[in-house]
Amino acid sequence: MRQIAIYGKGGIGKSTTTQNTVAGLASLGKKVMIVGCDPKADSTRLILHAKAQNTVMDLVRELGTVEDLELEDVMKVGYGDIKCVESGGPEPGVGCAGRGVITAINFLEENGAYTDDLDFVFYDVLGDVVCGGFAMPIREGKAEEIYIVTSGEMMAMYAANNISKGILKYASSGKVRLAGLICNARKTDMEFELISELARRLGTQMIHFVPRDNQVQRAELRRMTVIEYSPEHPQAQEYLTLAQKIADNKMLVVPTPLEMEELEELLMKFGIMEAEDETIVGVAEKAAA
Amino acid sequence: MSDKIRKIEGITKESTQAMIDEALSVYPEKARKKRAPHLAPNDAASGCASVKSNKKTVPGVMSARGCAYAGAKGVVWGPIRDMVHVSHGPVGCGWYSWGTRRNMMSGITGVTNFAMQFTSDFQEKDIVYGGDKKLKTLLEEAHDLFPLAKGISVLSECPVGLIGDDINSVAKQSAKDLDIPIIPCNCEGFRGVSQSLGHHISNDTIRDYIIGTREFAEPESPYDIALIGEYNIGGDAWSTKPLLEECGLNVKAVWTGDGELEKIAATHKVKLNVIHCYRSMNYMCKVMEEKFGIPWIELNFFGPTKIKQSLRALAELFDDTIKEKVEAVIAKYDPIMQAIIEEYKPRLDGKKVMLLVGGLRPRHTIGAYEDLGMDCVGSGYEFAHTDDYDRTAPEMPDATVVYDDPSEYEFEKFADALKPDLVGSGIKEKYVFQKMGIPFRQMHSWDYSGPYHGYKGFEVFARDIDMAINSPTWNLVKAPF
Repeated sequence: MRQIAIYGKGGIGKSTTTQNTVAGLASLGKKVMIVGCDPKADSTRLILHAKAQNTVMDLVRELGTVEDLELEDVMKVGYGDIKCVESGGPEPGVGCAGRGVITAINFLEENGAYTDDLDFVFYDVLGDVVCGGFAMPIREGKAEEIYIVTSGEMMAMYAANNISKGILKYASSGKVRLAGLICNARKTDMEFELISELARRLGTQMIHFVPRDNQVQRAELRRMTVIEYSPEHPQAQEYLTLAQKIADNKMLVVPTPLEMEELEELLMKFGIMEAEDETIVGVAEKAAA
Repeated sequence: MSDKIRKIEGITKESTQAMIDEALSVYPEKARKKRAPHLAPNDAASGCASVKSNKKTVPGVMSARGCAYAGAKGVVWGPIRDMVHVSHGPVGCGWYSWGTRRNMMSGITGVTNFAMQFTSDFQEKDIVYGGDKKLKTLLEEAHDLFPLAKGISVLSECPVGLIGDDINSVAKQSAKDLDIPIIPCNCEGFRGVSQSLGHHISNDTIRDYIIGTREFAEPESPYDIALIGEYNIGGDAWSTKPLLEECGLNVKAVWTGDGELEKIAATHKVKLNVIHCYRSMNYMCKVMEEKFGIPWIELNFFGPTKIKQSLRALAELFDDTIKEKVEAVIAKYDPIMQAIIEEYKPRLDGKKVMLLVGGLRPRHTIGAYEDLGMDCVGSGYEFAHTDDYDRTAPEMPDATVVYDDPSEYEFEKFADALKPDLVGSGIKEKYVFQKMGIPFRQMHSWDYSGPYHGYKGFEVFARDIDMAINSPTWNLVKAPF
């Protein structure tokens, strides 16, 4: 069983990419489980055709304690026999979403959700590794392979570099490795070259360049993956290719994150960012005029 | 303040320092460097602290310290009898701090006292989804069940601070809905280095939510005082309060032993604050001084010598009526105290005691031992600050060892070297020393006895110390090693 965690900047398309890729793996005959680690609980809707499934934490809240919960209450099976679980958690601003992830994953472990017949477990993790709870999927004995979803936008690349720093920290004490960048294209300038170069600098690979295509949104509106909605569409082929590449991937590295200056240099080299002019920093519009 | 510098035969600055150095020698270098400034021979003449204090405990040693929550629940809030005190968080903190301090209460349970265990009993779901809604329900239920409770305190345990539960907003809303004071206290255990910060946070909370919100029913008099930092351990306040009343003073409020919320809330109307436990409540004395112009005086009610000094110092602040009454009280009790001393001193004279208590008793009780002819050969606090150690220096004999937040190892090592006849400390130390064959009294809770304050308390104190030291049991004990 390979356990894989997907990280990346908020809104970059982690859940969409994960579900489409997992659907690809399923159509390659692989047995997969998705564990959504985000209180929004939108990591499995395309597989289950559901708005949102009952989450582990929602049921814990209902029943009072986690001990009263049964695995079948929270695990649903969707397209391609993909097993789906959502950790769930509080609405923004209260409680502790991180603890929700820990509770949910502990529950899955103790109740035998990680069965031997599984080829892959995917953790779709909220935004950034903001606290220990969201690092739960990459603790010892969990995911050892991490893919970062990014794009050619500056902030997405910053986030990818930051996440690499986190991985570096965990890699030094455990088996967690960076397995590649997935470029979820936004059609920014020189995106392919830029992310390939960022991947090279991080010591990893751009495992796949997923072109932007509205077919993804059309499928999403029907709560489906592209692979299920339109298997013949070229975009479905892209996700299948990505799935195959992940299945074959052997390149697991300890990342070499960039210093801020290096990253900005890179952006300037590709014309994304202009050379810094220190004379304008902190000068208000009126004062400059 | 003692009049002259006392010496103990065989104890010099050099001998004490050598003992400290030997104890420190087993530590790794880093720990040794950290611990060294917290251990020193007393410099009685300087009147200044000889040790560093109020610093983080060295990891890996056994410390006797508690946490901020313990300081808030156990010390400041818990003794207020007519309030419901809610331990907000998992069940253990509230349960194991329930009634263990022996702050005694009068009244009828459920009617005029609420010395029960109230907790929001956090489960996983409360951590993940927040405990604020549960707290709101709890407050409603507590008020429904105990409508006579004058108010509710909400004491935060660690997880509340970690998940950012907004107890302040729940308290504000529920106070409005239920029309009773509900006081949120952000005393999460992980804050600060010891329970001391919990005292400070609780004092600040009293300042922000309670003081000045009520008035006393009776008309004011020039003899109105409040007794601050008196927690009624083993009934102490039931000894000191009548004593002060015998001196002609009106004790309008006791903070917080057998305490009543509305009296505490009206304390801004008294003429003088008499503080006993300086460490845990000096903050509010200073606040009341600045805000309401109320002077305060630190007094010591342990042992006849200190009591006499304290009462006279107190009388100085009042007119002749009080002065005369105080002298009459002293004259009345002096022979009684003399009789007690005559009974016990012959059996206790020259005996040595070592102390390790919280933030007051390591200096305040020394006089009571001395009244019985005993010498304090070492003293230290769990959570005192520099101003406490400043006050300790003149109370202890010169060159005796002062230890701040000592580890169990250091404490044992010193006892081994000094061979005291009695150790006065807490429950965690008790059996260690008893197994060493050293008589022990648990001096946080008066070892299931008390009161020890005031004239009434000295009789009990003398009896207990005699019983501990001269018990024939110790002749029968032989260590198996």
